Amino acid sequence: MSHPETAGLCTCTSPPTESHGSDNTAVRPATVATVGNPNTGKSTLFNALTGFRRRVANYPGVSVDVGRGPVRDAARPIELLDLPGTYSLAALSPDEMVVSNMLCGRVERAERPDCILAILDASNLPRNLYFFSQLADIDLPIVVALNMTDIAEARGIAVDAGRLSERLGVPVVPMVATREATVKPLLEALDAALDGAAVATRTQLPEALVHEAAALRETFGGQLHFAEAIRVLLDRDGYAEQQYLERGGDPNVISEARARLNEAGIDGPGAEVRARYAWVAKILDGVISRPDKPIRTASDRLDAVLTHRFGGALALFAVLFVLFQGIFSFATYPMDWIDAAFGSLGGLVGGVLPEGILNSLIVGGLIAGVGGVLVFLPQILILFAFLAVLEDCGYLARAASMMDRVMRAMGLSGRAFIPLLSSFACAIPAIMGTRAIADRRERFVTILITPFMSCSARLPIYLLLITAFVPTERYLGGWVGLQGLVMLAMYLVGVIIAIPIAWLLKKTAFAGPSAGFMLELPSYKWPRPRAIWQRMHFAGKHFLVRAGTVILAVSLVVWALGYFPHSASTASTVRQKGVEQGWDEAKLESELAGAYLRESYLGRMGRTIEPVIKPIGWDWRIGVAIIASFPAREVVIGTMGTIFNLGGDVDEAHTGLRDAIQAATWPDGGGPVFTLPVALSIMVFFALCAQCSSTLVMIGRETGSWVWPVVSFTGMTTIAYFAAWAVAAAARAAGL
Amino acid sequence: MSLANAPLATPLRITGIRPEGAMSYRLMEMGLIEGAQVEVVRRAPLGDPLHVRLGDYHLSLRASDADLVDVSDH
Ligand SMILES: Nc1nc2c(ncn2[C@@H]2O[C@H](COP(=O)(O)OP(=O)(O)OP(=O)(O)O)[C@@H](O)[C@H]2O)c(=O)[nH]1
Repeated sequence: MSHPETAGLCTCTSPPTESHGSDNTAVRPATVATVGNPNTGKSTLFNALTGFRRRVANYPGVSVDVGRGPVRDAARPIELLDLPGTYSLAALSPDEMVVSNMLCGRVERAERPDCILAILDASNLPRNLYFFSQLADIDLPIVVALNMTDIAEARGIAVDAGRLSERLGVPVVPMVATREATVKPLLEALDAALDGAAVATRTQLPEALVHEAAALRETFGGQLHFAEAIRVLLDRDGYAEQQYLERGGDPNVISEARARLNEAGIDGPGAEVRARYAWVAKILDGVISRPDKPIRTASDRLDAVLTHRFGGALALFAVLFVLFQGIFSFATYPMDWIDAAFGSLGGLVGGVLPEGILNSLIVGGLIAGVGGVLVFLPQILILFAFLAVLEDCGYLARAASMMDRVMRAMGLSGRAFIPLLSSFACAIPAIMGTRAIADRRERFVTILITPFMSCSARLPIYLLLITAFVPTERYLGGWVGLQGLVMLAMYLVGVIIAIPIAWLLKKTAFAGPSAGFMLELPSYKWPRPRAIWQRMHFAGKHFLVRAGTVILAVSLVVWALGYFPHSASTASTVRQKGVEQGWDEAKLESELAGAYLRESYLGRMGRTIEPVIKPIGWDWRIGVAIIASFPAREVVIGTMGTIFNLGGDVDEAHTGLRDAIQAATWPDGGGPVFTLPVALSIMVFFALCAQCSSTLVMIGRETGSWVWPVVSFTGMTTIAYFAAWAVAAAARAAGL
Repeated sequence: MSLANAPLATPLRITGIRPEGAMSYRLMEMGLIEGAQVEVVRRAPLGDPLHVRLGDYHLSLRASDADLVDVSDH
């Protein structure tokens, strides 16, 4: 490794740092941006350098998640920026455009970085150096982290880092990001680069292009970097051009420049790509050595099975099957513990507190509402762990590739499969994940069908109703359970409805040619416990925060609406009726509670909408639960707990919500409210409705318009209503 | 011969590419350019996309895109 001679030189971008080594001086920390191709170990390196101190920074107008964190043990304060992985500065998506914009200082309220930390994958150097050659056109000092040297070695690829450094004109630090000790030398290189003005070797681009880029910069008073000018000129209708026009650039200037380039034989980025790859070949000549025949690695052998014509399809089915069965069976034990804990807590508190409003508030509102939701934490953790493992080991890319042909039938591509699969955990990260889809039309369609996938918030509803109303029959020697099958059906309902909807959207509002599909298949890696733990931790925290805020608040509001006005006249009417008909004490209690609820504000609301939901077979209490669960669908569990506890249908032996709803009856000697058709229709309704304010907000944010959340909500609610009605009617017709 | 019709597990060299649209320029940037070494490792279970080894890494791309790439087996 060679360090460029740097003494006495100071770049204009970094502040003079006399106070070398002391942290006490209040200078702005130097900013270093980590950039690189996807899957090069960028996040791993970021974590190694910052000690997992990543926080997400929000910049106006940038929807991409830009991570930041201070570098540990650095000689001077350094703030590391984590930019999205990309193959090229020729952005195909807003996500990729952010990289160029951050590096060129175009992002409002974000300082331009002082240095680029380019992460290159040693096992795949030519394509990584291609991107480096684009970075070299941005005038910032660069330090290269040559990562994955272990994988390169296993494949018999040897890279002479010292020589590479000489030729590139920047420091090159070979490393294995997963082994922290190998990362340390990077600190020194960064420190030197921040002081110096090491100039990276640039690619010799075609003369005409360089000339036009310089001219274009002139027209903008120099307020355009060379790298940006190249993109504006070459990428027709690209993001750079769009941004150039938004900044007030003259479209005629571009079209005239392009006409001249055309005459010089440059009609697109092809000439640039060829020039850069020619440069890469020259740089690597004598720097890299490979075996004559590629070494067959364990990853290749695994792929031969997991993406095999038949074996691959089978493996994909097996993975999805284990995923869904696993959620159902592994989680039952911790769930039972939580359930029991809240049950006894409710009993304990209920026994200690005197009868009355406070008792009702705490036991019926708080404990029943929050406890009912918390039970599902184990399941959510298991689901997220599963998905994190699949993603981290590299299997998701294979799954996406295998599903491409299927997704194409809906006008989408395999890329849409990854966000759709992760939306079985939660639609919010999934919608954020659609940023990886370059084509705008495909991305919007994917965003709009994402909420149809059954997220983990629906799981509680399915579980509650399935365990309460679906018989525990088992088939095929006990291997397949009826409850599991109904669960699978609930997951499939969303998928099956999403298919024609995607197709329809792609034919109407988002009509246009397919954007194609291309995906790197990274080598398989062992999943990292820490990364998986991070995902589970994040999901768990998010869930608990929701349970502690939205769900708690809604539970309390629902409790209040269901408790008040609690008027004396209601009581006296019931008492009088009780005396007339000779009710015993227990009967009187239950009738009284029922009457209070019916006369409450909540009861009045529910009875107002009852005519609409009656055709499905729902009573007003279910209507109330559905209204109350608009902010977040898992609230419905807490709401039902509150309502059916308040409703007094529950005797002492029935503590859990499951027993409470099983025991609920229609008034005046009617049969049970919850029959199998009703239970099925509620599940179908929740499978298809858009009852999640966070998702709607996210759709609005990512589509940049309030139209799509509105369309999404009304459309999904309508579909959910009619589907629920149809399922209930069909189930009754079948005599269930 | 086009990459889409190339035999499996045969080392090939790219002789030409006819880019059409932004996406196919990205394919060039990924390394699908004249002179590069490729090999079709296998096809996905439904016959498409193709799984190719391109230089030092693996890439999945549709037959329709692979069709824009001309190859020869030396
Ligand atoms: N063998 C080996 N594995 C590594 C090395 N660096 C990272 N990895 C693994 O490579 C995988 C991808 O690493 P990430 O850090 O998530 O890669 P990334 O560049 O952030 O990926 P994107 O977020 O997709 O851009 C993980 O499974 C890491 O454990 C390395 O030097 N050697």
